[in-house]
Amino acid sequence: MISIIHILFAVLLAPLALGVINRTKAIFAGRRGQPLLQLYWDLFKLLRKGAVYSRTTTWVFSAGPLVSLAAVLTSLLVVPFGGVRALLAFPGDLLLLAYLLGLMRFFTVIAALDTGSSFEGMGASREVTFSALAEPALLLGLAAMGRRAGSLSLSGMYSGMMPSDLVHHGGPVLILVAAAFLVVFLAENARIPIDDPDTHLELTMIHEVMALDHGGPDFAFIQYAAALKMWVLGALLIGILVPMHTGLPPLDVVAALIGMFLLAAATGVIESTMARLRILRVPQLLVAASVLSMLALVLVLD
Amino acid sequence: MPNDFSLRIRNAEALPIARIPVLSCDDFRQTIIESVNSGGRISAYFGMRFAEDHVRIIAVVAFEDKGDLSVFSMVVDRGYPAITPDCAQAHWFERELAEQWGIEPVGHPWLKPVRFQAPYRGNAIASVCGVTNFFRINGDEIHEVAVGPVHASVIEPGHFRFQCFGEEVHHLEISLGYQHRGIERALVGGPNKRTIHYMETLAGDTTIGHAFAYCQALEALSRCNVPPRGLVLRGIALELERLANHIGDLGALAGDVGFLPTASYCGRIRGDVLNFTALLCGNRFGRGIVRPGGAAVDLDGDMVDVLLKGLSAAIPDTSSAVNLLWDTPSVTARFEDTGVVPFEVCEDLGLVGVAARACGVDRDVRKDLPFGIYRFVHIPTATWDTGDVFGRAHVRDVEIQRSFAFVREQLETLPKGEVHVDPAPLMPEHLAVSLVEGWRGEICHVALTDDRGRFASYKVVDPSFHNWFGLAYALRGQQISDFPLCNKSFNLSYCGHDL
Repeated sequence: MISIIHILFAVLLAPLALGVINRTKAIFAGRRGQPLLQLYWDLFKLLRKGAVYSRTTTWVFSAGPLVSLAAVLTSLLVVPFGGVRALLAFPGDLLLLAYLLGLMRFFTVIAALDTGSSFEGMGASREVTFSALAEPALLLGLAAMGRRAGSLSLSGMYSGMMPSDLVHHGGPVLILVAAAFLVVFLAENARIPIDDPDTHLELTMIHEVMALDHGGPDFAFIQYAAALKMWVLGALLIGILVPMHTGLPPLDVVAALIGMFLLAAATGVIESTMARLRILRVPQLLVAASVLSMLALVLVLD
Repeated sequence: MPNDFSLRIRNAEALPIARIPVLSCDDFRQTIIESVNSGGRISAYFGMRFAEDHVRIIAVVAFEDKGDLSVFSMVVDRGYPAITPDCAQAHWFERELAEQWGIEPVGHPWLKPVRFQAPYRGNAIASVCGVTNFFRINGDEIHEVAVGPVHASVIEPGHFRFQCFGEEVHHLEISLGYQHRGIERALVGGPNKRTIHYMETLAGDTTIGHAFAYCQALEALSRCNVPPRGLVLRGIALELERLANHIGDLGALAGDVGFLPTASYCGRIRGDVLNFTALLCGNRFGRGIVRPGGAAVDLDGDMVDVLLKGLSAAIPDTSSAVNLLWDTPSVTARFEDTGVVPFEVCEDLGLVGVAARACGVDRDVRKDLPFGIYRFVHIPTATWDTGDVFGRAHVRDVEIQRSFAFVREQLETLPKGEVHVDPAPLMPEHLAVSLVEGWRGEICHVALTDDRGRFASYKVVDPSFHNWFGLAYALRGQQISDFPLCNKSFNLSYCGHDL
């Protein structure tokens, strides 16, 4: 029952997390900033609009946003939130998660390529390059977590963790994995220092440029799917950093929610205090994240 | 010897047109090439109608080390051997000349229009802007990226054609002309009531700079002496324009690398400085300050106090916002070694302004060919030797500090007296060259009057005209994703170039 509630929270609150990031950035910049609920208004506005399709595009182009949203919604089913088990849990569901995110990316990329625009082609090539480097960091990190907990299911590996685990036995492993997941979180969600979600400069974009030709409901789906993806990857990170198992599931969910919004605020702080990396340097950061995950895995293999 | 052939004049000095030497084609080519080789730089190079069906080409070469300009000319009919192969600085000028007057510089390596405008003689019509053959690189893995003329944000139109190998740019070609309004043509027969407004809207962000250069040319042609208070007010206006734009540019550079705090703070401080200008004249971009004969506005004691108070808040705000950039390693990592223009290339291309000073070239009209108040008050020139985005940002930072100090000092010691005198009618058959260091760099206006004291020809060279090719060069071997950053570090004008 509580598992369904956490999915509801994700579906309802994911856009709010982006609002928290934007508000944090605004405060750092000395601005009042957009309303916390701005993304909701944007989504409603876009859903009421019609979409414009270029004559050069095919069904692939319009399928992209739909498949992406479907894939990320499905992935919510297998992701535990805080100490609460996911709705679906079976050995190997971590691979399902990785491939659902992969499917989402695949369709975003081929929808972008379908436009034939050189900008979108550049964005697609960057997205594929960088996610190919981010994937090992995620999978190796999950493997380390699974080995540590002796479970191949996400819910299994995240269950029974206590805050004291971070400092006592196995602490280094968790901290290494958390660091790797933070990089993956920033990279996959197109945040600074990897990408700049606020830029208007097509030539520098990675993720945003692939959505340039989408409009109306399609664009709403893309934005909403991006918010959900941030929630999913955030949940993996929160599960390590805010592991609450009080025995009272509602309390655990509240703790995880607070953790999620703290993560959003932390993302805002990161974005406000550093510049984007040169695109040539991004692979180095992602490879470093993979190395951290690998190190965690080595530590748990005794 | 080249000097024997040419007429030497000073900045903002008028001389009879009859004294401009008319050289043979060989002498002309030799003079311009030797002048540039001996430390000169082409400031203006343009044609004007000469008798029936002939064009007189006038070259203005600035000698920064000697502090004067040399002017010489030749008369051509249809074509002449191009200067560009021996002197790269002439590259853009000869393309312009070919387009405007239908004169072919034979042997020019890349002869195509710069603005796609209709020629001044003959009845040929304008070609369609941007429709031309671009430089191409062949190869299976080479891809071409076309950006513009319509851009994703509210900026001016221009077309950029990149030849890329993966993320690396091998060649960038910039095609402009979308903002061409025919200003130079409209100025012929002036000055009249409209002229000053053409000047103030020629490039909106350089309102004061171009109005300054125009008024200075007019005052030279009418032998008018601007009263000291007028000179100081103009200097203050010019430096306020420089401050607003430099501060805005540093903020925009921060924004382009995704560094928000400086982007936001500088955006606000730029607004404050624009408001100082508005306090002077009621317009944030400085329209209506500079007029032939002096300044059209005066400052009273209260306004001086308000300005000084505003400055004492803006100066520390700016330095803390800008120093955030230098204190953040991720920002300097992006700026350093991005978009490098080596010193030699800068000299070959004849870059001006911030872009040149960032390459280590000590070039500033305020120092080299002083004009107006800068003949009495010197502002030290800021240079840096890396030629990259960091260099251009750093030079701006230093210039901001010096301009702030200048404005404050001038406000505190404002001379008494009139700000304006009425200029006399223009002398007939005279030429005046007026150079002003605008915030982007050297602004060159050349005015020639006819037998009734009207403009027979009026040439405007915006600093962007010199520097656009520098931007194209800076991109060679760079990542295409760094283009917006390089572009912003030059921050060139489209309408100032297109006229």
